[in-house]
Amino acid sequence: MDYAGVVFLEIVYMIAFLALTSAGLAIVFGMMRVINLAHGEFVMLGGYITIASARAGIDIYLAMLVLAPLAVGIWGLLVERLIIRFLYGRMIDVMLATWGLSLLMVGAVSMIFGTTAVSVPAPIPGYSLGSFQMGGYNLFIIAVALLLMAAMWVVLRFTRAGLIARGAMQGPEVVAALGYNPGTVYMLTFTIGAALSGLAGGVLAPLTGLLPSSGGAYIAKAFITVITGGAAVISGTLSSAALFGFVNQLVSFESGPVIGEIAMFALAVVLLRLMPQGITGRFFRGGT
Amino acid sequence: MSAWRSTGRVHWGWFFTAAAVLLLLPLVVDTHGPTVLLIWALFALSLGLMWGYAGLLSFGHSAYFGLGAYAYAIAAVNVGESTLPLLLAVLVPALLAAVLGAMMFYGRISDVYMSVITLVVTLILFKFMSATAGDAYRIGDARLGGFNGIPGFPTLNLPGSPEISLFGTPTYYVCAVALLACYLLCRWVLARSFGRVLVGIRENEERCALMGYDVAAYKTAIFTLSAAMAGLAGCLFANWAEIVTPSVFSLRQAAEVIIWVIVGGLGTLVGPVIGAIVLGMVKLLLGEQTTFDNALILGLLLIVVVLAIPRGVVPALQRAWRWQRQRSRHAAANPRRRLGGAAEMRR
Repeated sequence: MDYAGVVFLEIVYMIAFLALTSAGLAIVFGMMRVINLAHGEFVMLGGYITIASARAGIDIYLAMLVLAPLAVGIWGLLVERLIIRFLYGRMIDVMLATWGLSLLMVGAVSMIFGTTAVSVPAPIPGYSLGSFQMGGYNLFIIAVALLLMAAMWVVLRFTRAGLIARGAMQGPEVVAALGYNPGTVYMLTFTIGAALSGLAGGVLAPLTGLLPSSGGAYIAKAFITVITGGAAVISGTLSSAALFGFVNQLVSFESGPVIGEIAMFALAVVLLRLMPQGITGRFFRGGT
Repeated sequence: MSAWRSTGRVHWGWFFTAAAVLLLLPLVVDTHGPTVLLIWALFALSLGLMWGYAGLLSFGHSAYFGLGAYAYAIAAVNVGESTLPLLLAVLVPALLAAVLGAMMFYGRISDVYMSVITLVVTLILFKFMSATAGDAYRIGDARLGGFNGIPGFPTLNLPGSPEISLFGTPTYYVCAVALLACYLLCRWVLARSFGRVLVGIRENEERCALMGYDVAAYKTAIFTLSAAMAGLAGCLFANWAEIVTPSVFSLRQAAEVIIWVIVGGLGTLVGPVIGAIVLGMVKLLLGEQTTFDNALILGLLLIVVVLAIPRGVVPALQRAWRWQRQRSRHAAANPRRRLGGAAEMRR
C-alpha cells in the first residue's frame, strides 16, 4: 500500500515536472508557432538566478517565484526584439537561431559560473510515507504546477488579454484590423513564455542542482511534450504530460530511469507518426 | 536559379587543384589535425546533400555518424580486421535511416515533426549508449562500456591483410580519397534525373507528386544515402580517435554539423565542405585557449548567419561574384546604359 502511494506520488510529480517545464515552450509554440530550442537554457538561467540570489541572502521563495521569472522574462524580451521578430513565419530558421542562442547561453553561463555543479538545499524537509522517505519539496512542485495551469487557463479563458492573445493566434490580420498590433502581442507572449520558463527553472533548482549543460535535459522532454500535445496550450500540455509522465515513471520503476526515459522518447516518436497534429489536433479540437 | 545550374556540374579544374593540395599537404604539416578536418567535411557533405538539395533537415544527423563509429568499433573487435566492419559502418546507419525515413515520409510528416523525430532518435541512442556500462551490455566480444565507450579496437588495415594496419599519413589519405569520392558521388547523383527530381521536390513537393513521382520514395532514398555517408564519416572518425564514446551521438555534435553546413552554404556541395574545414580549424584553435568558451562563439555565429546570410557564405559569394562579372560585362558592352544592365540583373 505504501509502495503504491510512492509510485502514485512519483507519477504525479513527473507529470507536474513535465507540465511545469513545458508551459513556457507551449505558450510560445501554441500562440506563435515558434519553437524555441533555447527553452532549456531559459529554464537553466532561471535556476542559476535563483541559486545566485539565494546565496546572496535573498529569501529563496522570493528568488524563485519573483526574481527568476522577472529576469528571464526580461532576457526573453531582449531575445524577441533582437532575434525572433525577424524570423516569424520561418519555423526552421527560428529553430536554428534559437539553437545558436542555446549554445551561446551555455557558453556564457560556463564562463560566468564555471562548469561545476551548483545547488541549494530544498527549503522543505522530507517526510516519511510508511517505510519510505519522501521529498517534501516534490509536493510543492506539484502545487506550483497545478496553480500555474489553473492560472493560465483563467487568463486565457476569462480575461481580455487572454482573448486578444487567442485572437492573435487564430487570425493575426483580424486582430490587427481591430486595432491591436500583432507584433506587440507576439512580443508580450514570448516574454511571458520566457518568464514561465524562468519560474520552472527557479522552482526546480533546489531539487536538481545545476550545470551549464542542464538545459539539454529539459529541452528534449519539454519539446516532445509540447509537440505531442499539439496546438492547444493547456489541454495539450496536460494530456501529453500525463501520458509521458505515467509511461516514464512506470517503466522507470520496472527497469530503471534510463530505460524509462528511452521508453518515453520512443513513445513520442510513435505518437508523432500516428498523430502528426498532436493529441489535441486529434481529440480536443478548438480547446485552449 | 543558381542552385539548379550548379547541380551536377563538376569544376574539374578546381577538383584537381583540391586533390593536388590534399596530396601534397602531408609534406608540409602534420596530418593529425587535417585528417579530422576531412572527416568533419565528409560528415558536413552528407548533411549538405540532403538539406541543401532535398530540403530535408535532420536535427540529429549525429545519430548516423555515431552509429557508423559504433558499428565499426563493435565489428572490428569481433572480426579482428577492417573490411567487413567498414561495410557495416556504412550499412547499419543506412538501414536505420531507411526504416526511419520510410516511417516519416510515407506518414507525410511535415518538416517540424521530422526535426523532432530525428532529434529524439539521436537522444535515445545517446541515452542508451551512455547507460551501457557493465558486463551485461556486450555484443560478441565488444563491451559497449557506457560513458567510457569502446577503446582499443583494430584500426583500418589493407583489405585482406590484417597485419598491415594504417595510421597517421595513410589514414589521412584514406580520408582524403573518401571525401573526394563522396563528392563525386554526390555530383553524379545530382546530375541524374534522380537529383533533378529531388530539387524539384524541394521547390514544390505537391507539383512533383501530381506529376507522378513517388515523393516519399525519393526522400527516403536521399535520407538513406546521406546516412550512409555520415556512417562512413563516423567510421573514419573512430579510426582517427581510436576510441568511440557516446559523445559522437551528442546534441553538440548534431548542432555543430548543422552550423558547418549552414555557414558554408545551402544548395552547394563545396559550401558544407569549406564550412566544416574552416570552422573545424577554428574549433581546434579555440580548444587551445580558455578566454572564450567554444560554444559561445559557435552559437553567436549560428545566430548571425541565420539572421544575416540565411543561405550561407559560399552561395552569397557566388552570387556577388556572378553579379560583379555580369556588371562588368554589361559595362563593357554598352558603357552608357548602366540602368539597363541593372534591370537585366534583377531578372
